[in-house]
Amino acid sequence: MKKGYKNWGPPLLLVSPTIIVIGIFVYGLIGANVAVSLSNRHSLVPATEFVGLENYFALFAEERFIHSLQNLGVFTVFFIAGTMIFGFLWAWMLDKGVTAEGVFRSVFLFPMAISFVASGVVWRWLLNSAEGDRASGLNRIFENLGLDFLQNAWWNEPGWGMAAIALPAIWQLAGYVMALFLSGFRGIPEELREAARMDGATEWKLYRYVIFPQLSPVALSALIIVGHMSLKVFDLIMAITKSIYQTEVPATYLWVALTSNDYAKSATIATILLLFVAVLIVPYLVYTARAERKQR
Amino acid sequence: MRKPLSIIAGAVALGLVLAGCSSNTGSDPDNANQVEVFTWWASGSEKVGLDALVKVFEEQNPDAEFINASVAGGAGSNAKAALASRLEANNPPDTFQAHAGAELTDYINAGQLQDLSSFYQENGLTDVFPASLVERLTVDGAIYSVPSNIHRANVVWANTQVLTDAGIDPMAAPADLDAWIVDLKKLKAAGVETPLALGTEWTQMQLFENVLIADLGADGYSGLWTGDTAWDSAGVETAIAHYGELLEYTNSDFAGLDWDAATQIVLDGNAAYNVMGDWAESAFQQAGWTYDNEYTTWATPGTDGVFDFLADSFTLSVGAPHEAAAIDWLKTISSAEGQKAFNLAKGSIPARTDTVAADYPAYQQTAITSFGEDTVVSSLAHGAAASIAWSGDISSAIGKFGADRDAASFLSGLVAASDKAQG
Repeated sequence: MKKGYKNWGPPLLLVSPTIIVIGIFVYGLIGANVAVSLSNRHSLVPATEFVGLENYFALFAEERFIHSLQNLGVFTVFFIAGTMIFGFLWAWMLDKGVTAEGVFRSVFLFPMAISFVASGVVWRWLLNSAEGDRASGLNRIFENLGLDFLQNAWWNEPGWGMAAIALPAIWQLAGYVMALFLSGFRGIPEELREAARMDGATEWKLYRYVIFPQLSPVALSALIIVGHMSLKVFDLIMAITKSIYQTEVPATYLWVALTSNDYAKSATIATILLLFVAVLIVPYLVYTARAERKQR
Repeated sequence: MRKPLSIIAGAVALGLVLAGCSSNTGSDPDNANQVEVFTWWASGSEKVGLDALVKVFEEQNPDAEFINASVAGGAGSNAKAALASRLEANNPPDTFQAHAGAELTDYINAGQLQDLSSFYQENGLTDVFPASLVERLTVDGAIYSVPSNIHRANVVWANTQVLTDAGIDPMAAPADLDAWIVDLKKLKAAGVETPLALGTEWTQMQLFENVLIADLGADGYSGLWTGDTAWDSAGVETAIAHYGELLEYTNSDFAGLDWDAATQIVLDGNAAYNVMGDWAESAFQQAGWTYDNEYTTWATPGTDGVFDFLADSFTLSVGAPHEAAAIDWLKTISSAEGQKAFNLAKGSIPARTDTVAADYPAYQQTAITSFGEDTVVSSLAHGAAASIAWSGDISSAIGKFGADRDAASFLSGLVAASDKAQG
């Protein structure tokens, strides 16, 4: 064994650019962001004093911010439920064996290749809330099919409107969740199923006690990936409705605050969003780190 | 051999990082003939107008080199973000575009703009701009920007065919909001389901400010922004009631439409009226419609004799690298030739009162006449009346009212926004 810097020096030197860049541009800027959120920098004028958590209390006392959280909640619930259900169903059906599986796999996965902004522009038109003579998009299809009662205001509906915004998000990401589940299904050795059948397990019991437990790590990964995307949703909403009150979520509120030069408020929202995502991600990272250690 | 290699690799990586940090704006602080002008006029009629303006500038200043620092996209929001970071880094453009009026408040408070009142005196601008406009531009005795063009925000654009079919005389503007609502009711009874076309949040804000002017009068409305009129007064409550009533006659999908889509509803004959700024003129021109024939305009009922203005204007940055050339630029945009070249191209009207109206198309002639005679008030929806943060809060309250129609919560939202902004 070589001693001293000859041992650890070169590797450290090799990774040091990464460490420095990440240190500055990720953690340094997170720190700077938190510092701004604790200051009174509400305009272009530089901050004059440290105000502690005042901005956070002010934000949670604000009806508008609570409304944006409610919107985010509705969106997240529908988005996660939609992608998980459709993703699982498609993967299950493909796993059952279909002809031309590759075609179906590509068809379901394709929407993911489109950016949220591009699909948002199309869905902006599909989800047009005009009804009757001026209806377009989905409402027009319903009208032509004689299904007038299905016409609705989509995202323009107070309360549950955000569920309509989740539609395009589900359309885009359900295929990705399907791919995850499919790889999960394929990772289960055929011998396990055969053994269960030999033991006289019914189809339901086979899934309940053999397949599902094997799929749960995949389901958890899918949940984390979709969940953190949902919390950060911004581009889709900007493309479909622009930043308006009805569809406001914390990320679009952040943008509004930033463009009206309220740096402290936008930094506060950014920090809260980071904490939300951390609540989701950190336990997952801890869990996977533990699992890896066990495997060694 | 391994060690030098890793050092080289590290050095290369570091070099790449540093190379990414340098940039070049094309502006040279030592070249006194340059002037860097920052705008968001990067496409359409605005780009044509800017080009026309640059042409006049280069004729008046043959030695000058114009550096176009325009940033496209987002109706100016991208440009404003880019500008904020340049100002923050003490690297200001010589002059930048901004909506005239209260939207400049943040820059003024941050000490980023130079006082131009002596420029106004030297160039006689206080005489050629209407006194009420100069009054709107003055903040604590100082003027920080030079308007290049004026738009009017209290205009109703009417489809004459739809009105005639419903038995309404399109040339006679209703005397006040109540009379207008009677006409809207008549239109609905005649089968026009959505007589009043409306669009997204800022167009709702513009309609609401029109209603405020109608119900509070020019002075009462201007007082809202100085603290002389209370937001919880009876007048504002009446305005909310009127505004709520007007919303009953609008297209239900307004929240998702941009202004041009709303104007299109009038062009398609599905609505009779649209309250919009006078940039809507270009939509009617493109449709090949002639003024007072297929369409007509009047001041929003109840706001006759008031000119609800918004303006693009140019500033002089503190620490501008080419101050003398920037002042030449401001001279050009405030000159009669500069204003004429720009406004003919953009479809707006000059801020100067010595304009020859006959040079302009039919609609602009009516706006020029009104601008010379009427009381000028500042538009809320376009940054002239309230600071960006304040108008953002009002916009959110209006969006909420559009969704839930809760008048009490709308009023308390407006009062809270005013308390926050005025301290």
